[in-house]
Amino acid sequence: MSLAETFRFTDKVRITLPTWKSQRWMSPLVLILLWELGSRTGVIPPRILAAPSSVIQTAWGMLVSGELPVNMLVSLGRAAAGLAIGVTLGSTLAIVAGLTKAGEHALDPPVQMLRTLPTLALTPLFIVWFGIGETPKIALITLGTTFPIYLNLYNGIRGVDPKLIEAARSFGLKGWDLIVEVVLPGALPAFLLGLRFALAGSWLILVVAEQINASAGLGYLINNARDFSRTDVIVVCLVVYALLGLGADAIVRTLERHALAWRASFIKS
Amino acid sequence: MAQANIHTLNLTRPAAGGAAPVPIEPAVRVRGFTRRFGDTVVLRDLDLDIAPGEFVALLGRSGSGKTTLLRTLAGLDSAESGAVRTPDGRAVVFQDARLLPWKRIWRNVALGLPGADARERAEAALREVGLGHRLDVWPMTLSGGEAQRAALARALVREPKLLLLDEPFAAVDALTRIRMHELVLSLWRTHAPAVLLVTHDVDEAITLADRVLVLDEGRIAAEERIDLPRPRESSPLFLAIRRRLLRALGLEVAAPPAEGGLVAYPTGEALS
Repeated sequence: MSLAETFRFTDKVRITLPTWKSQRWMSPLVLILLWELGSRTGVIPPRILAAPSSVIQTAWGMLVSGELPVNMLVSLGRAAAGLAIGVTLGSTLAIVAGLTKAGEHALDPPVQMLRTLPTLALTPLFIVWFGIGETPKIALITLGTTFPIYLNLYNGIRGVDPKLIEAARSFGLKGWDLIVEVVLPGALPAFLLGLRFALAGSWLILVVAEQINASAGLGYLINNARDFSRTDVIVVCLVVYALLGLGADAIVRTLERHALAWRASFIKS
Repeated sequence: MAQANIHTLNLTRPAAGGAAPVPIEPAVRVRGFTRRFGDTVVLRDLDLDIAPGEFVALLGRSGSGKTTLLRTLAGLDSAESGAVRTPDGRAVVFQDARLLPWKRIWRNVALGLPGADARERAEAALREVGLGHRLDVWPMTLSGGEAQRAALARALVREPKLLLLDEPFAAVDALTRIRMHELVLSLWRTHAPAVLLVTHDVDEAITLADRVLVLDEGRIAAEERIDLPRPRESSPLFLAIRRRLLRALGLEVAAPPAEGGLVAYPTGEALS
């Protein structure tokens, strides 16, 4: 190896060592270290916020004991049930209102009116109607996911290029074939956008809905922890909420990459 | 100048042995067709015949009703029964290719085709228009010319009796357009559908068609039968036909000077 090459080699090492990835992790890491330092020195008392090290310890303990997985599954089940019903309901309403004039006149005005209600404002009414079991929780999530799906899919169906529909009609497509081959695929990007909003919404509502007298679930864990000032348990649950939210978003993005592979932005990347 | 009011054909074929001529059933027959949008009359008492296998070009300014006529023949615009008769097998190529972006090219061509061999037929049609290497790509990755080739394949795979071309080459570049002209002529010779080409481009009409019609205010204002052998661009008669058609479209073009003068060769003058 020549001298010049050696120099270039050392230069390269010096430049590439702090890559953008390691740089991006740097400041959160410093913050966590400062937080740990604050806890150790007593600046942050555990009553206010548990130390990161004790949060990790608690998380491990809850994981091993099964407390965390069991309650997480309960929460996931609620979100999934509400989401499934909401997506089905929203899609059905949007397809009926999007494809037929009669459906539009019958469904669109009431849905547009109802969607202006903040879903969580209905919590007291739902408790009166459905009691304090699983039903009001799932009903709230259903309501919160129906509207984003409806709005986006309805707009998507109405926004399908009429020229494409006309072209397909000129090749003999009609009725159900036209809907399946042209209208619904054309509305799919809008539907997936709606699904993203619905997922984000279902998460938000889940957090609140779970505080309604639950006997299981992440919300129940948080409520319990609050009563005993267990800030470490609360932080563990918050982190789990965040991770589940990230996971849901990743699922939709993967769905989009496969279902919308035809779009120019995906083709290029 | 052709007779402005004779645009239906005397469709007869001399029968063998000197018997009476046998009438040929036209592919398209329009009689006294009027189309209104509200108070505006777009097509006025229109008569038109297109013979099987005949290539007809339809010229006209914007708003002359030519697109409405094409859409009527395509069945995309309602027509009262009786006034318009078209064959069952019809296919349209639009100005924008109108491929479904979420279907791969061969699926676009096979759209609505019945039968288990739809894929093979679609692929054969794509190979015929020179897209055999692009069967599986997404429409958005095609160039404008390639998209129009795919649209042509999608029309031809149905073996239409009537092929309707709605300014299909207006959005492609000049070189591609020349290649597309050759392709359309060769496909027309192979499949022999009756063709109605709607275009703004007088030269394109003369280059391709057996007969050129000029539509003005909902009526056929001029007709020009073109008997020149193809390719026609270098024929001296080309310019004379071109001048007559442009005049019918309301555009006076000076006659080319006699021998000796420097003549600028007119290229692809389009009307808008």
